[in-house]
Amino acid sequence: MKEELIISGRMNPHVDPILNTWGWEIAFYLFVGGISAGLLFFSALYVIRKKEDIYPAAVKLAPLFVPIFLVLGLGALFLDLHHKLYFWRLYTTVRLESPMSWGAWTLMIITPLSIVWAASFVKEIWPKFNWWNIKLLNDIEKIVIKNRVSIAWPLIVLAVVLGIYTGILLSAFNARPLWNTSILGPLFLTSGLSTAAALIVWLSKSKIEREIFTKIDLLLIGIELFLITHLIMGFLAGGQVQVESAQIFLGGAFTTYFWVFIVMLGLIVPAVLEVMELYGFHIPAFAPSMLVIAGGIIFRFLMIEAGQITRYLY
Amino acid sequence: MRYAMAIDTNLCVGCSDCVVACQVENNVPVGYARDWVVEVTEGTYPNLAIELRSERCNHCDNSPCVRACPTGASHYAEGGIVLVTPEECIGCAACIESCPYDARFTHPDGYADKCTFCIHRVQNGQDPACVSVCPTTCMTFGDMDDPNSDISKLVKSRKSKVLAPEAGTNPNIYYLT
Ligand code: SF4
Ligand code: SF4
Repeated sequence: MKEELIISGRMNPHVDPILNTWGWEIAFYLFVGGISAGLLFFSALYVIRKKEDIYPAAVKLAPLFVPIFLVLGLGALFLDLHHKLYFWRLYTTVRLESPMSWGAWTLMIITPLSIVWAASFVKEIWPKFNWWNIKLLNDIEKIVIKNRVSIAWPLIVLAVVLGIYTGILLSAFNARPLWNTSILGPLFLTSGLSTAAALIVWLSKSKIEREIFTKIDLLLIGIELFLITHLIMGFLAGGQVQVESAQIFLGGAFTTYFWVFIVMLGLIVPAVLEVMELYGFHIPAFAPSMLVIAGGIIFRFLMIEAGQITRYLY
Repeated sequence: MRYAMAIDTNLCVGCSDCVVACQVENNVPVGYARDWVVEVTEGTYPNLAIELRSERCNHCDNSPCVRACPTGASHYAEGGIVLVTPEECIGCAACIESCPYDARFTHPDGYADKCTFCIHRVQNGQDPACVSVCPTTCMTFGDMDDPNSDISKLVKSRKSKVLAPEAGTNPNIYYLT
């Protein structure tokens, strides 16, 4: 048998024997980025379509989570930086070739916007809250409420950009074959929307809203399964390093995690539960929602870990 | 001007003098390396061939690390040498993820670090430390754009390869085989 044995004298920390420079921080950041994008998308969409009162959880309650998620995500990103004192350098240039750069700028715009957006719904959730009687805050609130629809449009665009960005951040790395596929952008966007829909189902107390978001989630899970199939087929049709990437999920190191936790427990089982719910079986709302959200988290962690194993050389 | 290096895999004996020379010249922190030696054994027993390669950043013409960098800390300097400016680097490691050769690492001080082709020596007309120290003189450094340079002639007259050409980075380290 023809063999190739490679011995490298390099032993750089976090690079050898396998790359693990990016850890939980980036995975967490991608997850909260995705779910935030989804929550803002649905909230803005139904404001534009004037369905605030039919979908109160999606429009008014869910966006309250977004600023918290985004700040936690930015915190995780900050933790991941090793040269923290120079953090501000991110905001002295715009480098369109670098997803890290335009992603940082997107977050810079969407985070304050999401705070304003969420704040404008606070009184609808807690009617007694009056911004500590500060006039300025109440005035700002009035302006935002009056211009909600005009804010919703840029918000929905930014939400889609943020959702896709969570995938493109990885897919732009040609050096890591498992990440280097254009399907990752739409896949992470779909997954972000799906985890958001699942959270809305969980939060909602209205039967109509739960039903419509269950249906939306089912559709999104369908799309995700379709994209995952394409992802794997695309790899198998590629060159040697691409085929090896697919192998990670087809008998390799992450096979069980991928098929059991992501495909079965994160997509198929919640989909079955959601279908049962629609057919009148009583399924507690948190069960499918929690599975979808957990699946979304595990998916990001797995992609970060597995992607760093795939490489060109040794 | 395009700086490049040609490394004769038939002359290399795997002594790692280049690794030590670099660590001393560039004050590389203990436990880290900007260059390293790889030994590849190939074939079917008993017909085996061994190749020894001294590897480092390839100072690629089409560097994914420069593209991935959100701040511009990773950049091209004179002659296509790829450098990191520590004062602009936020330590996000995007460049480390983007390098198909895993040539970079995070310096204990927080910024991304890697081979600089000893630009401080090259600017004074000297060879990089690894090239100067090699006891078998297996490495040649020079300008690929100058058809009369030693390296241009070597790469033209000998069989050579670059690593992972399929990654599309146009590396500037040639391995003579
Ligand atoms: S070898 Fe890696 S670090 Fe060096 S220029 Fe090429 S991509 Fe950048
Ligand atoms: S670690 Fe530094 S050099 Fe590398 S991409 Fe980030 S900012 Fe640029």
